[in-house]
Parts: sequence; structure tokens; C-alpha cells
Amino acid sequence: MTNSIQEFEEAEVFFVIGSNTTEQHPMIATRVIEAVRKKNAKLIVADPREIKLAKLATLHLKHRIGSDVALLNGLMHIILEEGWEAKDFIKARTENFEQLKGIVAKYTPEKVTKITGVDRDSLRKAAEIYAKAKRSMIVYAMGITQHIAGTDNVKSCANLAMLTGHVGHPSTGVNPLRGQNNVQGACDMGALPNVYSGYQPVTDPKAKEVFAKEWGVSDLNGKVGLTLTEMIDGAERGDIKALYIMGENPLVSNPDARHVARALRKLDLLVVQDIFFTETGRLAHVVLPAASFAEKMGTYTNTERRVQLSREAIPPLEGTLPDWKIICEVCSRAGYPMNYNSPIDILDEINRVTPSYAGITYGRLKHSWGLSWPCPNEDHPGTPFLHKDKFARGAGAFDAREYIPPAEPPDEEYPFTLITGRVGFQFHTGTMTRKASILEREAPNAVLEMNPRDARRLKLIDGGTVAVESRRGEVHLPVAVTSDIPETVVFSTFHYSEKNINELTVCAIDPVAKIPEFTCAVSIRRI
Amino acid sequence: MSQTLVVCPFCGCGCNFYLHEKEGSAVGVTPSREHPVNQGSLCVKGWRAHEFINHPERLKSPMIRHGGIVRDATWDEALDLVSKNLINIKREYGCDALAFLSSAKVTNEENYLFMKMARAAFKTNNVDHCARL
Repeated sequence: MTNSIQEFEEAEVFFVIGSNTTEQHPMIATRVIEAVRKKNAKLIVADPREIKLAKLATLHLKHRIGSDVALLNGLMHIILEEGWEAKDFIKARTENFEQLKGIVAKYTPEKVTKITGVDRDSLRKAAEIYAKAKRSMIVYAMGITQHIAGTDNVKSCANLAMLTGHVGHPSTGVNPLRGQNNVQGACDMGALPNVYSGYQPVTDPKAKEVFAKEWGVSDLNGKVGLTLTEMIDGAERGDIKALYIMGENPLVSNPDARHVARALRKLDLLVVQDIFFTETGRLAHVVLPAASFAEKMGTYTNTERRVQLSREAIPPLEGTLPDWKIICEVCSRAGYPMNYNSPIDILDEINRVTPSYAGITYGRLKHSWGLSWPCPNEDHPGTPFLHKDKFARGAGAFDAREYIPPAEPPDEEYPFTLITGRVGFQFHTGTMTRKASILEREAPNAVLEMNPRDARRLKLIDGGTVAVESRRGEVHLPVAVTSDIPETVVFSTFHYSEKNINELTVCAIDPVAKIPEFTCAVSIRRI
Repeated sequence: MSQTLVVCPFCGCGCNFYLHEKEGSAVGVTPSREHPVNQGSLCVKGWRAHEFINHPERLKSPMIRHGGIVRDATWDEALDLVSKNLINIKREYGCDALAFLSSAKVTNEENYLFMKMARAAFKTNNVDHCARL
């Protein structure tokens, strides 16, 4: 996120696109709702479904699935046509503006209405509300990124913010919401195939030298590694022989689950380190029992880049070890000794080799609510909002993109579009929340949300069971009839491994981010 | 009874709460009132975050699978098996036949160490986590 969560209080306009905020990020949704109710902030929601926030929205744009680039380009087209762009900001802070103008010129309201299904009047209203306010912020989540055009979507959001100068000040910016408590930290720490901690490229000889020296090795690999989806493909091809998984359940969370299972079964060695015996763990050669979050100390980085200390509340469950200790043991036994007395020693090392975390020390975290990176030294107060006077690369580069259609559009054989997501009572693959009695009572099973007109056409009643079939698999689900979802679109969740919706989803990936699209075409029949 | 300040294990909001302990088990949750994100409240998931911690299905022993049979193993046995197999596969097929999948659920320190394991101990950049899912 470019901004802190507290800054939501003073935003004048929220443009929420591809985020079901009340379900996925409840405490952030609360801020949005409070700002709308108490401070008259305006809320534009762009989402094919009538999510809870849409019911409170000033304007709800029900654009077609996967048409985000066209929608965003269309808004920019209108902004330029009306002269609502931030001319001074564009001149002082950006480059490549002519490229943007050239592309968005083609996205006339007529064309955009045709692609997105959003009428001209709504497009104009949204453009005006967003562009004319002083403090507008874009809020997005996986509804923007999980597309074959995910990178294009993100760039289009950034283009819109720069075009209107809505970045670089408090309460205005681009705010992607991260879905797990430490997904930001895992990225920051270099649990990525192309970078060390602090986003230092593995291909940069200088970065390689810093880490080689700190780690006492001379032969670090300079070749960018594989992403998760590529690892799975590699395992299926037989190129990847061993996979060591810590605290993940890809058999349920990845698209095309049968493909994942086939790939994992081919491995010579599958190690799964977790707190529960997950679906993925059941395929493992070795399962290592880890301590839970409550049984260890360490830091986590939330979606607003705030690094916070979590303390050990209870001792590790008998028989388990904290993940850091297990890693030290595996490395030491493999001939690379790792000796740390506590996570504090590891944080010290992170401080030494990670410029953006250099000032985020244990001593400071112990007595605070955390520090937001970048925080380059111990006297630095942290950075609640980014890009104040300049962007990380200097000038902000416009990079307008063309709309491309989704990977697997509906057709005669598979006439519905399936989208997947979460509900507020469950979390991800359900390994933790499904063990909580109240949560399980409220949301005990997967359902397929369907528009009443579609239900009538298929002669279905609410609660009736259907077979949902895609090119990759079939799952049987009860129908939940709701007008919150448009016709020919159906929605379900991936919390329930016994009805694994990811047996249906498609693993078409964005060529840059390698993020899967998930959304796919399905057929539905009554059983 | 004691209570300890922890970070919520679910979404990316980063709420803080006090986890209540009784006789070594987690028994309840109270949101932090001063915390800048959650300001005294929590979502329904956060309020129930203590329930899975001492759940009877928690793994309590390493396990090893031979064919279709899974059996409990000692830590020494399991750790030796993992490290030996990783070394053997690396020797036979090269560093990039190994892959490491880290976690958006564990701490920064553990993510750092995991990527250090992949890169320094086993010399591969095949390391990722579920940010894309």
C-alpha cells in the first residue's frame, strides 16, 4: 500500500476495484464505511457482484469480468477529454505521457461500454468523482491481480492515480490489500525467485556480493528461479525432483488441483512443514510439525508495510518446533551450519543486509506499534505513505496497456463464468478457521451463488444440488440463489477441501507476474 | 492466567490482540484498544483465533511415509532424512532440481531464513510463496 490504514479516515473518495473488502479485510472495510457514513466520503465500487460495499456505494460499476483495463482506460479517456488531469503533477513527476494519451484515446465511451457493459453516464460520473476530489484513493485486491492481464490491470490503476495526481500525499494513493498476515513480509524478505530481502535482485552482482559475504558463501546462484506455478509445472515435467513446503497448502489453494496432485506425486522428495496434516501434507514423504504463531516470537509486516512484533504467548506444543529452528536444523545437517539463539539474532542480520529494514530493530519494535518501511536507519521514523517527492525510480512512468479478453471465456459447452473468493467467516484453505466452532457454524460448506434468472432457467431451487463442470474437473455444490451476482456468472469459495473448487479453475498465468487467472468457464446441470 | 500481545494470524490488516493463556493453552482473545489499525475491535475470525492453536488435530510428531504407509518418526530421523535427500538430489540432478515454497503465514525472520536455506545452503533461487494465490 502507498498509504497507511489510518489515512483512510481522511480520504474523500474511495475507488474500490477487485476487492470484497468487508469479507477479506474487515478492519479496513470498517474504515471505509466510517469515512462514508461520518465524513461523507464518496465510494465508487467496481465489481461484477453486488458486494456489501456496493450496497453503500455512491456509484457501483458492474463491469464484466476481466474488463478492468478497458474500464480504467475509459475513465482516463474521459478525464483527458474533460481536462480533469493533474497537469502540474504530470509535468513535474511523470514521463511517457504521450504513450498514455495515444492508447487511452482509443477507449471512447462507446467502445468501453461495449467491452465492460457499464453505461456512458456512469463512466463519466466515476471519472468526475475520482478526478476532481483532492484526496482520492484506489483500493484493490486479487480481483485486479488474478488475471492473465493482472500486470496490465495494476499498471492501469497506477496510470489513473498519476494522471490525476492522486499519489504522494497523505490519504491519496494506490492501495493493494494483502490477503495474508505476512504476505507483505514474505515478499520483503525475498521469499521470491528473483530477489533477496529488500527487493535486491539476485542478478545484481553488487547485491550478490553483499549476501555472499554475510552468508559466508562464494557461489550464489545468479539465475532467477521459478515461481510457484512454474515449480508445479516443473515437477510434472520431472525437472523438479524435490519440493520443500513450509506452511502452505497448494493442493487446495492453487488452480487446477488435479494437475497439482499429479505433479506432487511425481516428486522424489516432498517435505511439508505445517501445524496441521493438510491435504498437501498427505502426499508428503516427510511431514514436520511446526509451532503455531502463538508459540514463538517474531515480526510480521502487514498490508500497510507496518513491521510489528508478535510475542510468544504459550510454549510450543509438545513435539513441535518453531519453523526457524527446523530450518536451522535442516541446514546444519546438510553441511551449512546455522546458529541463531533467537529470532532477534535473525532480525539483526536482516537489518544488516536489507536497507529498507535497516532501522527496524528489535529494540524499537519492542516498545511501539511497529514501523513502516522504508526505514533506513535507527533514527528514521518509518514511512506511512510512499512516493512523497519522487517515485522509487525517479519519474513515474506511464505505461498504458491494451485490453485483452480473459483466457477462458464462456462458450456453448461451458456457458457460465466461475469466479472464486472467500467469505468473511473462513480464511483461505480453511486449515485454521474450520477448526473454530462458531466460524464453522456460520459457514459450514461451500455453495454456488447464482442469479435468480439463471436458477429459473435451469429449474433450480435455492439449496438444490448441481454438478459444476469445467474442462478440468467436476464438483457438486448446493446452489445459493442471489441477485447480488449477475446472470451467467457463478461464485464459490476455496475454503472447503472436500468440495475443492480449484479442481475446476484454470491455471492460465499472467506472463509477467506469473499469477494465475483462476476464473474459468463452467457448465451447470441439476442432479 | 496471563495475556500476551500478538499479531492476528489471518488477513493482512495486521490487527493486534492479547492472547489469554491458561495452564499452557490458548483460551481467549481480547483486542488491543490502542492499536492504530484495530482500535479495540476485531473481526469474527480474529475473535476466534485461539481455537485452532490447541486443537486436537495439531501435528505433534514428525511423520515419514513409505509407499502408502505413514508412521511417526523422531525429529532426528526426519531431519536427517530431509537433509540427506536434499543433498543427494542436488548432487545427482543439480541445484535447480530443488524448489522451496515459503509461507505468508510465518514470521519475517523465518521467511528470511527459508530463502537463505534455498540460496546459501542449496544454491538455488527456486524459492517462492503464495503471494500469487
